[in-house]
Amino acid sequence: MAPREQQHQVGEISVRMLRAGEGEPLLFLHGAGGWPGWIPFFDKLAAHHEVLVPEHPGFGTLEKAAAIRDIADMAMYYLDFLDGLGADRVHLVGNSLGGWIAAELAVRNCARLQSLCLISPAGVRVKGVPMGDNFIWSPEEAARNLFHDQAFADRMLAITPTDEEADRLLTNRFMAARLGWQPRWFDPALERWLHRITVPTLVLWGENDKFLPSAYAEPWRERVPDVRVETIVACGHLPHVEKADVTAEKILAFLDGRRA
Amino acid sequence: MKFVCFHLMPYRPLDMAARKQHRSAWVVLPNSLYDPVKGAEEYESYLDQLTYAETLGFDAVGVNEHHQTAYGMMPAPNLIASALIQRTKKVKVAILGRALPLTSNPIWIAEEFAMLDNLSKGRIIAGFVRGIGTEYHATGLNPSFSLERFQEAHDLIVGAWTRPGPFEFEGEHFNFRYVNLWPRPYQTPHPPIWIPSMGSSETIRWAASSERKYPFLVTFSAHELVARYLNLYRDAAKQFGYEASGDQLGWAAPIYVADTDERARVEAKAGIESLFNDYLANPWEMLLPPGYTSLSSMKNTMRVRKALGSRAGKLTIDDLAESGTVVVGSPRTVREKIERMRDLTGFNILVSLLQFGVLSNELTRRNMEMFASEVMPHLKA
Repeated sequence: MAPREQQHQVGEISVRMLRAGEGEPLLFLHGAGGWPGWIPFFDKLAAHHEVLVPEHPGFGTLEKAAAIRDIADMAMYYLDFLDGLGADRVHLVGNSLGGWIAAELAVRNCARLQSLCLISPAGVRVKGVPMGDNFIWSPEEAARNLFHDQAFADRMLAITPTDEEADRLLTNRFMAARLGWQPRWFDPALERWLHRITVPTLVLWGENDKFLPSAYAEPWRERVPDVRVETIVACGHLPHVEKADVTAEKILAFLDGRRA
Repeated sequence: MKFVCFHLMPYRPLDMAARKQHRSAWVVLPNSLYDPVKGAEEYESYLDQLTYAETLGFDAVGVNEHHQTAYGMMPAPNLIASALIQRTKKVKVAILGRALPLTSNPIWIAEEFAMLDNLSKGRIIAGFVRGIGTEYHATGLNPSFSLERFQEAHDLIVGAWTRPGPFEFEGEHFNFRYVNLWPRPYQTPHPPIWIPSMGSSETIRWAASSERKYPFLVTFSAHELVARYLNLYRDAAKQFGYEASGDQLGWAAPIYVADTDERARVEAKAGIESLFNDYLANPWEMLLPPGYTSLSSMKNTMRVRKALGSRAGKLTIDDLAESGTVVVGSPRTVREKIERMRDLTGFNILVSLLQFGVLSNELTRRNMEMFASEVMPHLKA
């Protein structure tokens, strides 16, 4: 399915957004690695939904992202984003950093959400279970630790990015540090307010996640009122890449179940 | 020329085989490798060396701040400065420097320097630094805000030293209802501020600006880069409408002097090579965390790295002497290299690192004595 690329403007900030499919709108928020482009996972979802994939402000280019200094700024930005989308309500899906942003948004205001799906979200820390240190990992360690199936890591490492791509990756790393360096990948306040997520919520976690261990699903299970938690077997931190079919099926089944 | 006898206080009894099993001697190197009995001896030796520097006629002794590393045992350099004040009479004590962004309350730094300035009756030189990239892993501080915090902390500290208190400080990162320093600094208006740096152009312009005119020290860089950075400072000063004096320009380098060039290389080899390969070496993820530099300078750095290929091999003393990163040789060779830098830049502050890496107490003492007797007198103004 060929997506359309458009610019989405919120205040001063204009970002790239891919859009394809028809049906109830589903907004995907990407992780710290950056905007994924159009991947097979989105095709699955777009068979049933209008799928929207924006790039976060500060990713790809730092220009005009000066006002986004922390995760709270990013959550407020996406509330503005939803107000300007022209859709009444969306299904919100986010992975890792994107899941964290989605949760921060949801505890502030669920008015524009129909449902929430968090795929190995950052944002909540479990004491005594250390997360991986993605800022100290070498590129090779990062690739190896993000995937359970090392064939994915091998493919990632075999690619030598062009100068332009390398610059984008570096920019993403800068913005990721701005948002997630300290406290490392969590917001101490978020866990206290998870009860404010008033829409049906699905939490998915790869059972072999070496960045955010699957034990991190527990606080979400305990504190989000209407939540279902599912594990994706033989899978690392990026289920929508490593297990695209299973992940999409679980999301679609969850959304179907809500309609029934 | 003014001479600073500078020390890093490395932990020399380090088990190098164990060190090599870790990615760095910083942050991740298990502190089970530190033996306090041996470490205490190291402190004693190093304090003796710096105290001896006064006898030998150095203008200043220098220490600095690093965290969670065998590279240097001074996470709190002001403690060492305080000990040195008690052991010396006239020599200046330069803290090169304190890492301003790393603390939650820069007033503490203003207070500590003011105390040291009083205790020494005005012998303190206050170095301000950002801290190298590894410090942001060690402290958890977000490198994205390092530069902002540095500049804001600087304004707060200088304000605390010079403005009548109490006053209110309203910043982005630091906010204080009451800033009211007791004691005030001994020197008027405040201790000299020096800026040691790896040479970022932003820092050079900032230090050179007419309201600051802070002496700028280039640390551990190849000869050509040192000359380029010091001349960048000169150019910046001209753009600000004045001529920089040599007393605003400093060069910090490991130096080793012996009777002959050959003997100097042989004696300094283990110390120099351990300094660069075992103590200082860091993967780029640790040395340059995202946000520590501007994005544009980081992009350039990464392109240079890509062009050079992956990790560089071990550095040898010959490589380092060739590039002029270290100055090693007979008194005549060492004098000539320093004079050549002076001809190129007009610099007038030499920060000499005379103990480095695993260099022994005995060789350090010989090095200090020969440097003081055979090199310094020829270069003192």
